[in-house]
Amino acid sequence: MIDSSGTTMTTTTLTTREKVEKSLARRRAAETRFRLYGMASVFFGMLCLVVLFTDIASKGVSVFQQTSLTTDILLDSRYLNLNKDSKVEEVRFANFEGLIKRHFAKSLQPKSRSEKRELFKLISPGAAWQLQELLLANPDALDTTISIELLMDDDVDQWFKHDRDLTKDEINNRLSEQQLTWLNQWIAEERLDSHFNTLFFTNGDSREPELAGIHGAIKGTLLTLMVTLLLSFPIGVAAAIYLEEFAPRNRMTEIVEININNLAAVPSIIFGLLGMAIFINIFGVSRSTPLLGGLVLTLMTLPTIIISARAAIKAVPPSIREAAYGLGASKNQVVFHHVLPLAMPGMLTGTILGMAQALGETAPLLMIGMVAFVVDVPGFINDPSTVLPVQIFLWSDSPERAFLERTSGAILVLLSFLILMNATAVILRRRLERRW
Amino acid sequence: MSTNMQLIENHITTGIPLSPKAKLSARNVDVFYGDKQAIFDVSLDIGVNEVIALIGPSGCGKSTFLRTLNRMNDTIDICKITGEILLDNENIYDPKVDTVPLRARVGMVFQKPNPFPKSIYDNVAYGPRIHGLAQGRVELDEIVEKSLKRAGLWNEVKDRLHAPGTGLSGGQQQRLCIARTIAVDPEVILMDEPCSALDPIATAKIEELIDELREKYTIAIVTHSMQQAARVSQRTAYFHLGQLVEVNPTNQVFTTPQHELTEAYITGRFG
Repeated sequence: MIDSSGTTMTTTTLTTREKVEKSLARRRAAETRFRLYGMASVFFGMLCLVVLFTDIASKGVSVFQQTSLTTDILLDSRYLNLNKDSKVEEVRFANFEGLIKRHFAKSLQPKSRSEKRELFKLISPGAAWQLQELLLANPDALDTTISIELLMDDDVDQWFKHDRDLTKDEINNRLSEQQLTWLNQWIAEERLDSHFNTLFFTNGDSREPELAGIHGAIKGTLLTLMVTLLLSFPIGVAAAIYLEEFAPRNRMTEIVEININNLAAVPSIIFGLLGMAIFINIFGVSRSTPLLGGLVLTLMTLPTIIISARAAIKAVPPSIREAAYGLGASKNQVVFHHVLPLAMPGMLTGTILGMAQALGETAPLLMIGMVAFVVDVPGFINDPSTVLPVQIFLWSDSPERAFLERTSGAILVLLSFLILMNATAVILRRRLERRW
Repeated sequence: MSTNMQLIENHITTGIPLSPKAKLSARNVDVFYGDKQAIFDVSLDIGVNEVIALIGPSGCGKSTFLRTLNRMNDTIDICKITGEILLDNENIYDPKVDTVPLRARVGMVFQKPNPFPKSIYDNVAYGPRIHGLAQGRVELDEIVEKSLKRAGLWNEVKDRLHAPGTGLSGGQQQRLCIARTIAVDPEVILMDEPCSALDPIATAKIEELIDELREKYTIAIVTHSMQQAARVSQRTAYFHLGQLVEVNPTNQVFTTPQHELTEAYITGRFG
């Protein structure tokens, strides 16, 4: 058999093998090519991310330092018109600004009115507030000489942090020759220095960059997200369970489903307009409040949560349902004893991602007045406030160099929150994931 | 196949489909999935304390028929059923009948072991809990122990009752599912190919168990293994293309089948 048909057999086998080998080379090349495309895409993505982070971090990291001047100053009771028994209101109205001006005029002896004005410009309006807070906290300090780190103006702050090694010509700055002389004198005396900027985390917004902080925005964000979470999670999960488990399969349900999917794709600013028209005009919710912001963001987050919750419910294996039904569990028992616990990790992940999306949302909140300039830190959901992304938007619009720094700083804080939330979602998914 | 079609047209079941001591009686049952008819005019009795095996080639409707017996097909929207199924002479498809107590009386074991992702104890205790069968912890413990013992699993798991049920081996999981079913104390147990995912040793254990359970329960078992049908059942029903072809005592079906199709199937000519 082999001898008689040997030759023909070999030829056919060889051609087949050759064909395979030929196609093999082509297939391998395709695979390599695709792998290269993939690597290039990943590399490009990572590069963009690195550039973004480096840029923001390099601009924003200096916000965590703030320049101040160590000064010994006498809290003169006669000048302030205060005594040991003065009430809080009297302290609030006392002329600390004048006291500071008098102190510096005495020690540095400015020659003219304009020089005086230049001198006073170096010190932040926040310095008077520092003295006042100090006296309120410690009334015994009256008529003693205290050593305090007085807050400097944002121009000084920027010069000290970025430009102090440059010559006057290289600096595009608003500081005059005389002002620079004083500042260099203070540096020589080792009195001018930068410290950790606690005000950035404890203050609300301000017209003065050195006094502007993100506490108000963070509190507003947390309150807004709290309202969003409390409303959107129960509503979203209930809607998902109903649609997935109880709703009859008919035209009506189909329309609802299609519309939920459509809602997820609606531009967020439209939700802002909707919130303005409904919550403000019809229900009279006061504008600029976390309550209103939360309501609007709920509208926006709901489709995300419903879709992810439905996917999580669908992923529960039918065999578990059958087992429960086979034992005589009612529909409600099947849903609440088996489906819901198994779907919960997926639902929570979806909710956190929805919340992260809401955290970064700006456009709809601009429509409902959260873009207002709010100095006070909101106490509760009905106080006017702003949120982090809107605060970033506000600051990015300001011309001062110090606000540019604050914009980047606030972005850093916002990104940290986002990374934290997304990491929580990943960890939660890993932890609660069940295999069956 | 065309000769098979001729054989089955306007078919009347051969053998003895009815039983004098019927626990469950199907009468003229038709099942439709949408427009497609899956079961054609099946009448069959399942007697008290007997094991009846439902055999037939894939897609013959034996699983569908089994699932009509405790209304598991209700969960499929497009499934429509006509005819009557009587449990102790009451029609279970009567609109007044609630599926919750029905399924407590007619339990089910599935093809793939499907323990809940909970502890072994909670798996068995789930049925008694939702039906309120136990007054307090002690009684529940007793039910769990009794059920696991009856399912022949107690000695293997008594030291780890609170370990997850999904951590057991396939055969143990299936016995856990049987324990879970009998914990509710049903009158009838439906088994849908309970051994198809198991190895021969685990299968032998389950078959032994089915034989023991017969003393107390009425059992209907769907199986692809003819040896298994021969080993565990007293009567065998052969389904073909949605028709009930032949019902006879098991030894008779496997030695002297009456119908041509039954013979063809058990001798391995198709299916």
